[in-house]
Amino acid sequence: MNRRVTVIVDGRPLQVDVGTTVAAALWNAGVTAFRHSVTGEERAPLCGMGICFECRVTIDGVEHCRSCQTLCADGMQVKTS
Amino acid sequence: MRRWDVVVVGAGPAGIAAACGAAESGARVLVLDDNPAAGGQIWRNDAAQPWLERFAESGAELRTGCVATDTLPEARSYVLATGARELFVPFPGWTLPGAFGLGGMQALVKSGLEVAGKRVVVAGSGPLLLAVASLLRKRGAAVAAVVEQAGRTAMAEFGVRLLMEPEKLGQGAGLMMSLWGVPFYTGSWVESAMGRGRVERVRMRCGGRVVEQDCDAVAVGYGLLPNTELAALLGCHLAEGTVVVDEWQETSVDGVYAAGEVTGIGGVEKSLVEGEIAGLAAAGLQGQAQRLFAKRAKTHSFADGLARAFAPRAELRKLAQTDTLVCRCEDVTRGALEGMKSWREAKLQTRCGMGPCQGRVCGGATRFLFGWGADSMRPPVFPVKVESLIETRQS
Ligand SMILES: Cc1cc2nc3c(=O)[nH]c(=O)nc-3n(C[C@H](O)[C@H](O)[C@H](O)COP(=O)(O)OP(=O)(O)OC[C@H]3O[C@@H](n4cnc5c(N)ncnc54)[C@H](O)[C@@H]3O)c2cc1C
Ligand code: FES
Repeated sequence: MNRRVTVIVDGRPLQVDVGTTVAAALWNAGVTAFRHSVTGEERAPLCGMGICFECRVTIDGVEHCRSCQTLCADGMQVKTS
Repeated sequence: MRRWDVVVVGAGPAGIAAACGAAESGARVLVLDDNPAAGGQIWRNDAAQPWLERFAESGAELRTGCVATDTLPEARSYVLATGARELFVPFPGWTLPGAFGLGGMQALVKSGLEVAGKRVVVAGSGPLLLAVASLLRKRGAAVAAVVEQAGRTAMAEFGVRLLMEPEKLGQGAGLMMSLWGVPFYTGSWVESAMGRGRVERVRMRCGGRVVEQDCDAVAVGYGLLPNTELAALLGCHLAEGTVVVDEWQETSVDGVYAAGEVTGIGGVEKSLVEGEIAGLAAAGLQGQAQRLFAKRAKTHSFADGLARAFAPRAELRKLAQTDTLVCRCEDVTRGALEGMKSWREAKLQTRCGMGPCQGRVCGGATRFLFGWGADSMRPPVFPVKVESLIETRQS
């Protein structure tokens, strides 16, 4: 059995396997709007490797974190926009 | 006294091989990587990789989760093994959620994205196409189509080259077998993606015919582009979007070496052997490095074949329409860029490339669409950090 951690996404607790990135966890939970673009379009991950910045969310109060480069940790607070 | 003899940037195959080469000979080696773990693009979450085990025992120290420009510490020499990213060619709908990069989708799946039961169209160009389709299928996705832009003839020529390297041919054949029953289109591409709030369907141009396909996601990537930003910041000479190196993998800047995809796209074997040479040379072991020259030459000839067979075709330049976004950070359309003469002018007039990604996505796209030179893409990318970098090197 994989070890699980709980992250809180927009107030909702979410159980995921250890080693899951925040980007993968959000997409699996049905989130498609990670952020809104400068003209208001909904955006989700593109590159998966830290270069496009489309997967930005707020993590533990820090804005503009790249969710594809961040592993889920127990109790982590994630906010999409 | 300096704490480090060699600082390696990038913990992909090239960086790992460089670190092993240097550290195993007693050099004090530090490796920096932006990712949460070592392995680079290919060995993401692959703990069983023998090179990763060797790396763990080499004595080199690893720091993950840091972008090198922030933290490049003092050392006698540096090895830049910053790898590559994908070439994204804009098409209508590529900004919809569910339109991923090709390697992008692979990276996300390897880091926990679930695809079981999802219909995915896999498109673009190059060997990565089959690798990604095969991974998706293994994870339970219904791969609806594999769409390769290169024509049959180019692919066949590449196949002939592979015959001379039976090991690679075997890998390719194995991948093909794992995709038994999946429609495989050559000389074909995804024209657009559609859907309400997310990708629900794609339109493909398959050998002159238009084919529509319902899907939950589409993964598109047209090959790789070297990550040359850090090398450029350090003043290394670039040519045609790659870092120029000599036989020791040393760049035009003394004591700064480069290895792997950053010196030219060529796959994992090229990265490994270049990394080893760079690591040994950076540690002053030219004799040992020299023994690997013949092996390196072979990987270079493979790389040339790769580039020829999978060069993106001209038709792809017409996919983006006037209202298609090219710069996703600043939402700049193709129409807004049409009249511009250079990347520099586009940046000043439209803010294209001025957002958080700093042109890492639209820079490659506009070079492909409009032929704007990479050289007009001027460093510094992170101005403040450069100074600290240069100070570090001079002290
Ligand atoms: C998205 C993607 C998926 C791929 N998938 C495959 C595959 O499945 N099979 C295959 O054979 N090949 C694949 N490739 C090709 C791959 O590039 C090579 O096989 C091989 O991994 C290249 O090794 P490398 O060490 O040169 O570069 P990489 O593996 O790309 O490693 C470069 C490393 O440097 C780090 N880095 C870059 N810049 C900085 C910086 N400024 N600071 C800190 N760290 C930095 C990156 O995070 C990365 O970990 C893929 C390439 C890409 C871009
Ligand atoms: S998906 Fe591109 S930076 Fe995270």
